[in-house]
Amino acid sequence: MGWQDIVREESGKQVLLNGNEAMARGALEAGVHFVSAYPGSPSSEVTDVLAQVSENFNFYVEWSANEIVALEGAAGASFAGLRALCTMKADGLNVAFDFLTSMNLGGCQGGLVLVVADDPFGHSSLKEYDSRFLAAAAWVPVLEPSTVQEARDMVKWAFYLSEQIKGPVMVRSVTRVSHSRGIITLGDIEQTVREADFRPTRQFHTFARFHQEVRERLKQAEELFAVSPFNFSFGAEKADLTIFTCGTGWLYAKEALTSLQLEDQVKIVRLGTSFPLPQQFILSHLNGVKKVIFIEETRPFLEEKVLALYALHNENLGQIKFYGKATGHVSGIRGPECGEMNTDIVREVLVRLTGRPYHVPTVSLTKEEKKSLQASLPPRDYMLCPGCPHRASFWVVKSALALEGNNGIVTGDIGCYSMGAMETGFNLFNTLHCMGAGAGIAGGLSKLGSYGFKQPIVTLVGDSTFYHAVIPALINGRWNKANYLCIVLDNGVTAMTGHQPHPGSGKNAVGKEAEVISIEEIAKSFGFMVKVSDPFRCTEAIQDVLEFIRMPGLKVLILRQPCALVVSREQKRRKVIVRQELCRGDACGCMRFCTAVWGCPANVWDKEREAAAIDPAICVGCGVCIDLCPAGAIFWEGDE
Amino acid sequence: MQGETLLKEPVNLIITGVGGQGNILVSEIVAQAGCRQKYNVVVGESYGLSQRGGAVSSHVRLFQHQEYGPIIPAAEADVILGFEPLEAARQVVDYGHKNSCLIINSHPVYPIGVLRGKNKYPSLELLFKKLREMVAEVLIIPATKLASQLGEAMVQNVVMVGALAGSGCLPFRADTFVDVIKKVVPPKARALNEKAFYLGLEEVQKIKSFNLSK
Repeated sequence: MGWQDIVREESGKQVLLNGNEAMARGALEAGVHFVSAYPGSPSSEVTDVLAQVSENFNFYVEWSANEIVALEGAAGASFAGLRALCTMKADGLNVAFDFLTSMNLGGCQGGLVLVVADDPFGHSSLKEYDSRFLAAAAWVPVLEPSTVQEARDMVKWAFYLSEQIKGPVMVRSVTRVSHSRGIITLGDIEQTVREADFRPTRQFHTFARFHQEVRERLKQAEELFAVSPFNFSFGAEKADLTIFTCGTGWLYAKEALTSLQLEDQVKIVRLGTSFPLPQQFILSHLNGVKKVIFIEETRPFLEEKVLALYALHNENLGQIKFYGKATGHVSGIRGPECGEMNTDIVREVLVRLTGRPYHVPTVSLTKEEKKSLQASLPPRDYMLCPGCPHRASFWVVKSALALEGNNGIVTGDIGCYSMGAMETGFNLFNTLHCMGAGAGIAGGLSKLGSYGFKQPIVTLVGDSTFYHAVIPALINGRWNKANYLCIVLDNGVTAMTGHQPHPGSGKNAVGKEAEVISIEEIAKSFGFMVKVSDPFRCTEAIQDVLEFIRMPGLKVLILRQPCALVVSREQKRRKVIVRQELCRGDACGCMRFCTAVWGCPANVWDKEREAAAIDPAICVGCGVCIDLCPAGAIFWEGDE
Repeated sequence: MQGETLLKEPVNLIITGVGGQGNILVSEIVAQAGCRQKYNVVVGESYGLSQRGGAVSSHVRLFQHQEYGPIIPAAEADVILGFEPLEAARQVVDYGHKNSCLIINSHPVYPIGVLRGKNKYPSLELLFKKLREMVAEVLIIPATKLASQLGEAMVQNVVMVGALAGSGCLPFRADTFVDVIKKVVPPKARALNEKAFYLGLEEVQKIKSFNLSK
């Protein structure tokens, strides 16, 4: 709903937005001309929102096939003098990195802003990642917002900065900025009417001698950062103890400080410009200080940079003791550099260093009370949605490999189907890494025959992943005569990140009809044996998998069914029912197959009747359990 | 921006449940209601992978003087609005205190470990008894049942918003919530959601007057 306010509400108006919506507004206010992205939590909504409003403002938006293509496209727009935005999650920066390091040598023309969203704690990611280290390695300046308001402010200013230094600028968000909501004040939307004007110049080439120019650009950025209002201090003007913080750490530090009433004894120095650091600003705040605490998300980036600066200036600065993640003093329950920052972590360090006790504003529960309650609570693991086609596909692969014997190996990768590595996916995956990795690993394993490797190999890849990262691995496999089965789980969309369209969806970012780039046609053109099967027809699909595993070479099987969430929104399928008089209950010997093994949340156990049942509120009518029930007690309504 | 003075600052509310139960819509409703009553507000929420049947929670914080971050510190949640009993109890362990108010939908959603027979779901009677011994107020709302009476079990989340409004835990008027609900839900779902809101509101008022008469 926030996205509607972004368009409707006027400058000066206060509205409630999440961080991603605020960054979208920042780009709009800067008069962005070109937006490209590959979706990934927690970054996706920036481009989701811009796609929704692009027609109101007449700029170009695309979901790209992957992050490097997205960034290259955005750079093209920038080379033609236009303002371009490219968004991705932290992992995506790895994919775009090769181009980023090359392009940044010569620089760009129109404002080019990357929004990269990190996910400390891995709320919706398989790894915690600190993209600031990559930005620094590529010599790209970094701005780090602490709040939803700053998310807008910094994205807007990043366009200005990028045009000043003629190089790309990164805004590093994290989950607690991107997926926070807060009240922000809207600014004016700039109408930057520009003609595309590509003037060929040596600048748009990559040569090692340009390294010097990048250094100059960083110096220029540092000069602007030295006077930036994004860097400021709070609390005691002169203090022995100072907290250096950036990003979300700022408000946690502030809450910790005020809750301990230490505002007149401790100073907070907030850095909004994390790279390159404004050295004089930092040195002025290190002067006369005896102890420094570092509060930042994920890894000790600010900490390492300030320590290095101190090492160069310690003669003038005197003895300072440092407390951070690198030193092990600042740590959550998972240990330093693991998990998210929060107020409790900052408060604990402050209490330890100042001796000031914290008086909780409330009466706490006792340890015993909490322990006893905790002991009665079973854990809750992730679960595939009711009617999810991946559950059926996992069952198909599991059954086929069991029938084949010989300990088949399954390699997986990233998407909703990462749950193939969990209980809900029958713990099917033997490997799980980045997008496309499963196909490459499968190829490597399949070349180990001369070392005695004889197990069948199956890799499961998503449809969006197929376009993003699998195609080179397949070409490589064909060329080098690999021997494995690649199964594409095709549900029609990029499901995990919010159902964005991909090259096979038949739609583009703004919802217009687009050409379907057929997975089977691509695979066939490489010369593979290809078949499309329906995972909901388990018996046939199991036979298809078996047949393909037994064939030599690299084969591609597409298991196609639309995402259950899309189906449940768009259409009503037939109703599924249990004829409870046919269910043999615990006497069946199936060990309650439908609830305990198959595990679709819509298959429930009727305790009173001691028989299986369907929860009609959540069943989406895939009908797979009808085929799988050993007693044949489940039916389509009307067929019983 | 200045509403009526808050009894404490910040007021901390956790909305919790299982992915797909409509947490984010409710955190948006509460936050928008806060804005309309001239409070400052920040919300931290989890989505993405956690939407797939995992435990989800949103932190909502209301304040007037100082800006706060989006995560509530340990043991400082004043209100816990739980769409599922187990998840509500889980939040009590980390964030509850003696004066917390819990508003819980009594309808369980079983975790996969329970469905697979590896874990046991606690007896609701014993669980609620334990919670009542631990915190100041526990309001048990049959929200899924009430929502099903309207023909749409999914609107249990808005029944729970009604219960929150009727609980008096937040300084928001019922009509503020109704205005916001009308704004955030699609036009064709407005009547249903408004009904759901009032069902929850009336239910909590019944419970409260029953508790008073005891």
